[in-house]
Amino acid sequence: MTKRHRIVLAKMGLDCHDTGIVIVAQLLRDHGFEVIYLGLHNSADAVVKAALQENADAIGISFLSGQHMTQVRLLIEAMARQRMQVPVFCGGVVPREDAAELQKMGVAEVFFPGTLGPEVVARVSGVLDRGRAA
Amino acid sequence: MNLVDDLTAGDRRALARAISAVEDGGPEAAAVLAELQSRVGKAAVIGFTGPPGAGKSTLISAYITHLRRAGRSVGVIAVDPSSPLTGGAVLGDRARMASHIDDDGVFIRSLAARGHLGGLSAAAPFVVDLMDAAGFDVVIIETVGTGQSEVEIAGLAGITVVVFAPGLGDHLQAIKAGIMEIATVLVVNKGDSPLAAATAAHLYAALHLNAGGHREVPIVTTTATTGDGVGDLAETIAGLLSVRPPSPADAPRRLRRMLAALAAENLKEKLLRGTNPEIDSICDEVRGGRLGLAEALRQLARIA
Ligand SMILES: Nc1nc2c(ncn2[C@@H]2O[C@H](COP(=O)(O)OP(=O)(O)OP(=O)(O)O)[C@@H](O)[C@H]2O)c(=O)[nH]1
Ligand SMILES: [Mg+2]
Repeated sequence: MTKRHRIVLAKMGLDCHDTGIVIVAQLLRDHGFEVIYLGLHNSADAVVKAALQENADAIGISFLSGQHMTQVRLLIEAMARQRMQVPVFCGGVVPREDAAELQKMGVAEVFFPGTLGPEVVARVSGVLDRGRAA
Repeated sequence: MNLVDDLTAGDRRALARAISAVEDGGPEAAAVLAELQSRVGKAAVIGFTGPPGAGKSTLISAYITHLRRAGRSVGVIAVDPSSPLTGGAVLGDRARMASHIDDDGVFIRSLAARGHLGGLSAAAPFVVDLMDAAGFDVVIIETVGTGQSEVEIAGLAGITVVVFAPGLGDHLQAIKAGIMEIATVLVVNKGDSPLAAATAAHLYAALHLNAGGHREVPIVTTTATTGDGVGDLAETIAGLLSVRPPSPADAPRRLRRMLAALAAENLKEKLLRGTNPEIDSICDEVRGGRLGLAEALRQLARIA
């Protein structure tokens, strides 16, 4: 028995497109991750509580609806409230000029449209492996 | 305070960490295991199994609503398959139970089967113990979507609910399948389908063929998406539980099952890895016809 990376993937808010995040779920599975997929329309508190119950190593969220700034802020606040400290990954249709602000809020990596699969895997693994070594 | 003290005191974070510890077999696992045994045996353990897509997760979610109305706290263990190639998994059951996330009386944990066959994960019996010790009145286990031979749940749960749905196979498959025989309750879900009544009739016929009419297995029709019939299912399960309540003998039985699963996996891994000279020579002896299978198994068991 060995430790595996466990990551919670979710869509937040009203956004109802899940094609992208389901592809990412499959991608991470194909690289040995255990992905807990929460589906659409999750509140920030719901994502954090699920991640706590799952003892997840990371949280990944994706946005297509332009709500990323508001929702990420809510998520980070909910994590602070529930004392959850894991890396957050954010992807989807996120404009490049928002990346700095997202990272300032505490997002570990931002994936822009067109990021290739291997790069996503490498950057997610990189952050998690660094966390484990620390 | 240690993990087991914390989780029995109601600390959900400690429960989540303890589950990971036993799942990963880390250094904390042995201590958790030892401390746990005196604190288990109170929860009612209910398994839900059946073919992929029959509606197990949706039905469990609807059933939880009934249990919560009756004031009972619920732990859920949702097992999904791991990829045999990469070991990764997409665990999607809890997405169908999302309506309970704000309820502190419900705790859901997804487990990947991690190469374990039989519909569960090797750590599953242990996670049942952890949830039991954490004080949940009811522990529900959802197996992976089963074919015909993943019947391990019957040894773990006091009550096994086998969920079928119209259009997922005909009555011949139901007769062939071992899962018919382990059912304490049979459910025909997707009761809103026009074929539901025919499926129930086929199951009824198959049941009486299979069990020779000796075993009375209730058949309940549900529509998990609307909640229709779920009250009947809840009542049926409650009735069965009142006849056979959880007993202190359940926990030692679970421990034995977990040890059996781990021992088997341990031996299998050693055999398949092929780096143990003692095992290699046993395999050679069998291949050369100098060692019988029964004796080979005895020797292998001693090595493991
Ligand atoms: N029409 C109808 N659809 C249902 C019913 N119950 C579940 N479903 C749908 O059937 C699909 C599968 O439901 P799940 O609850 O995920 O089935 P499952 O047995 O848990 O599936 P696995 O865990 O993948 O084996 C979903 O799209 C549900 O919405 C029902 O009673 N009627
Ligand atoms: Mg399911």
